[in-house]
Amino acid sequence: MAERRILNGNAAIAEAIRQINPDVVAAYPITPSTAIVEYIAKFVADGLMTTEFVTPESEHSAMSMCIGSSAAGARVFTATASQGLALMFEMLYIASSLRLPIVAGIANRALSAPINIHGDHSDTMGARDSGWIQIYSENSQEAYDNVIQAFRIGEHRDVSTPVMVGMDGFILSHAVQDMLVEEDDKVKAFVRERNPLYSILDVDNPITVGPIDFTDYYFEHKRSQFVGMENAPEVILEVAEEFKKEFGREYGFFELYKMDDAEVAIVLLGSTAGTAKEVVDELREKGRKVGLVKIRVYRPFPAKELADVLSNLKAVAALDRAASPGAVGGPLFTDLRASLYEYEKRPIIVDYIYGLGGRDIAPKHIAEVYERLEKIAATGERGELIGYINLRE
Amino acid sequence: MRKMGWKELPPGAINPWVGNFMEVKTGSFRGGLKPVFHEEHCIHCLFCWVFCPDNAIIVKEGKMVGINYDYCKGCGICTVECPTSPKSLTMEKEELQL
Repeated sequence: MAERRILNGNAAIAEAIRQINPDVVAAYPITPSTAIVEYIAKFVADGLMTTEFVTPESEHSAMSMCIGSSAAGARVFTATASQGLALMFEMLYIASSLRLPIVAGIANRALSAPINIHGDHSDTMGARDSGWIQIYSENSQEAYDNVIQAFRIGEHRDVSTPVMVGMDGFILSHAVQDMLVEEDDKVKAFVRERNPLYSILDVDNPITVGPIDFTDYYFEHKRSQFVGMENAPEVILEVAEEFKKEFGREYGFFELYKMDDAEVAIVLLGSTAGTAKEVVDELREKGRKVGLVKIRVYRPFPAKELADVLSNLKAVAALDRAASPGAVGGPLFTDLRASLYEYEKRPIIVDYIYGLGGRDIAPKHIAEVYERLEKIAATGERGELIGYINLRE
Repeated sequence: MRKMGWKELPPGAINPWVGNFMEVKTGSFRGGLKPVFHEEHCIHCLFCWVFCPDNAIIVKEGKMVGINYDYCKGCGICTVECPTSPKSLTMEKEELQL
């Protein structure tokens, strides 16, 4: 029987890792993901895990160890946040181009300066072009479920691509929630054993990992890398289907909330979905046709599937918990707007930057966005392309 | 040599053709200077062979016999490490092969 537990996001991810018992965990502590590593260290010390737990001197070294271990065929996990993920930057690209299915749990946090330890998506959004699959979570349950599925998705031989699972720093990482922890044996059976594409320890088939390419082969190697990401959507849905069969909870590229007859919608990632659902419920009671799309899989971006859902709406707002200075809007907005370009009939779309450095987003702020969307829908006039929520002038 | 297309490459940019760097003639890296071997001064200590960062010192039956210019990058380390006086290896000008 699955056990009902009260866990914060860090503990939820650590529970999944205890059950999966990966071959190697190499991680460097950083707020707000520190507790994931602390829990794992304790599980190993208490004999609950047989994982080779490595404590390197930096996140750069942590990711480097993950890469070496994964290239040897090991199942590997790490956890980090913010500056730690930023320090991993060059190694992130190496992990993905070597097609190593490392799983990283990220407690999403703002980037300096000023120093700020609170939640926003700047860290993982900065890594959105690194070739990693990106999955975002709304609550502890999803963080737990997503980490379990991440191993199956990334390690699928057609995918063989690293996966980062994001959860909002503090809002999820440190807030306890009621959730289900599945049975150890069932989780172990679900994730199976890793069957790597290659291994540097296979002495009968010697290989060089990470060789040099000149102008004549680099481009071909990069193109061949993208195959993993291209194969990911099918595998993500397959794994979600199997997960639903085994554990009963349903997942896809995104979650639709009261979208059936919606005329306007907000699209966002992460924990703010919980707040937005409350607002949608309230407005729906007043007869207003509002809906919510919570994106779970951000890379690969489910462009066609999202556009299919959104193209018939009148107005849409993207809520970005990260900024991209000098771009046409936040990262989610630019992806979303580009996805809709293919459709002749498409909604007016606006962007909001919100929650940077953990700035609160309350139900009233979300209600104001819906109010504006309804006004846009009624008048056809968009107004400002990019807005900011709960920011003092 | 025909170059492979991206669909033919093994995944993960791994190289299963171990030793294929032999095909890359790094001698083309030389920028106007090359080491020249003066056999009459050589004591066959093989310091040049030990220190050569590539595989450009040709050794036969325990004796230094010459330089493989296909792979010598012209770094000059062998001429610095050579302990004889006068030197058995000296850097000389060469025409750039453009």
